[in-house]
Amino acid sequence: MNKRVNTLVLLVLLLTGLSYGCIGSTNGTQTATEKPKVLTISTTTSLYDTGILENVVAPIFKEKYNIELRFIPKGTGGAILDAKSGASDAILVHALPKEQAFMEEGYGVNRKVFAYNFFVIVGPKDDPAGIRGLSVSEALKKIVEYGRAHPDKIVWVSRDDGSGTNTKEIALWEKAGFDFNELKNESWFGTTGAGMGNTLLYTSERKAYTLSDIGTYLKYQKEGKINLDVLVDKGEELINVYAIIIINPKKIPGKDFEDAMLLAEWLTSEEGQKAIAEYGKEEFGRPLFYPAVPVLKSEQGDVFKWILKYGFMKDGDKYTECPEKFRYNATYDFFEFPASVVGG
Amino acid sequence: MAWDYIIQGFSEAVKLIDDPYVIEIALRSIKVSGVATLMAVAWSLPISVLLGLKDFPGKWLVKTLINGLMGVPTVIWGLVLYLMFVPLGPLGSLGLLYTEMGISVGQALLITPIIMSIVVNSLESIEGEVRELALTLGADEIRASFQVVRESVGGIVLAIIAAFNRAIAELGIALMIGGNIYVKGGVYNTRVLTTAIQMYTVRAEMSVAIALGIILMGIVLAVNLLSNLVRKWLE
Repeated sequence: MNKRVNTLVLLVLLLTGLSYGCIGSTNGTQTATEKPKVLTISTTTSLYDTGILENVVAPIFKEKYNIELRFIPKGTGGAILDAKSGASDAILVHALPKEQAFMEEGYGVNRKVFAYNFFVIVGPKDDPAGIRGLSVSEALKKIVEYGRAHPDKIVWVSRDDGSGTNTKEIALWEKAGFDFNELKNESWFGTTGAGMGNTLLYTSERKAYTLSDIGTYLKYQKEGKINLDVLVDKGEELINVYAIIIINPKKIPGKDFEDAMLLAEWLTSEEGQKAIAEYGKEEFGRPLFYPAVPVLKSEQGDVFKWILKYGFMKDGDKYTECPEKFRYNATYDFFEFPASVVGG
Repeated sequence: MAWDYIIQGFSEAVKLIDDPYVIEIALRSIKVSGVATLMAVAWSLPISVLLGLKDFPGKWLVKTLINGLMGVPTVIWGLVLYLMFVPLGPLGSLGLLYTEMGISVGQALLITPIIMSIVVNSLESIEGEVRELALTLGADEIRASFQVVRESVGGIVLAIIAAFNRAIAELGIALMIGGNIYVKGGVYNTRVLTTAIQMYTVRAEMSVAIALGIILMGIVLAVNLLSNLVRKWLE
């Protein structure tokens, strides 16, 4: 008996040592001594679910600067909480009111707008509520009407997760004359509390309608995971502007300010903007995101005005991507335009 | 519909099983949960031996507490540990959030009551006879206690196996503390089998999810088989 126990102990020790050695060496080509720097970025799920961050941004950044990007996908709300708790070096978000509050509280600096695309209202092909081609407000009114007439089925699915898409949805309901919190209590109004991808899958399953960013929708539709049509895609209020905000090193010490700035710089650089413009083109026939910098540089067109109106912060008589009081040791320039550019 | 997924998933899964990406995630799962088990064993065994062999006032209370802790859902662990581990939280300076070690620590806490409970029970069930026998054969108190621990080695092995299986199958902590991070060739990745399965199911990439599921089941079954063999051999 004693002999057996001793042999067992020896065996366990041997196995543990062996497996540790094996697993230790699977960490890739890097050896432990030359670990790259790591930058933690909290990001919205609508960016993350398309794969652009993992497949394009992270590899390039690693190659170029030997900095490993650690993306934590959460809704904009969750991303902001992570940042406030000191977990991230920068955040990638798309919810102007929440961004503004975050910066007002002193957490974020040096905001840069780097991409945009559009939100769309998607739903079943046969479109039972008859919203195809309507304006956003009219479409939402029709959906409420249809929903109230069919209280026994889920007609609208909301993410209800404090994300940027959810923030936009709430604003759109309000513009159409409804209170999101009241609608939530109605039986035809479903909520997932989940990311964009998850919500699209559920919406497709229930043959319901939802608001989606176009990037995630295209990816999921193309891959045959969902069966939903884009029914409403017109209206300036559907523009979806993505920005990066750097964590204020004075508010939260110990964050890698310089490298986070490097990411912001790269995203808005010619190379970064090109990478954004290319992503998904081959696979989906159109890009999932559009680079924002060329539009801002051109200072022309509807999209330019919409980005200002829905993605820039108003600072006195100017629209700016980052008001002066939120700038800190910036190594890059900020776009700002007189408010008169947008007009009425 | 669902059957199509499963049949297609299985056939694709077979192809994916030797994919380096899949292997990396599987090995990370074993590593993270293995480290968790080692840590938990390191602090559980001495305490369990004490609990199993010594009598003291309030012992039943401690045992009740341990049994109660077994029921704490993993998301509760995830939530509590997230609040502790965020850099500005009480334990933030340890830098554990979104790291492999963070998951290991969380899983170690999760499985500690499991190890303790099984070990204490097995010690107590043998204690009476073995100790008395040892004492009558002329052993002193310490040697007698030692003999009790030796005799309950089967129970200890069972506890370790059960704990490892619990840890590797766990999702809440791995997701909330680990964050399911994956960058190709990355050094700071935290994606493990459970978080990957959850993610691929959400993304509706069923074949990868099923492949990873088969591997997870394989690991759990293999570990169980091994533990049965070991216990048989010990008896």
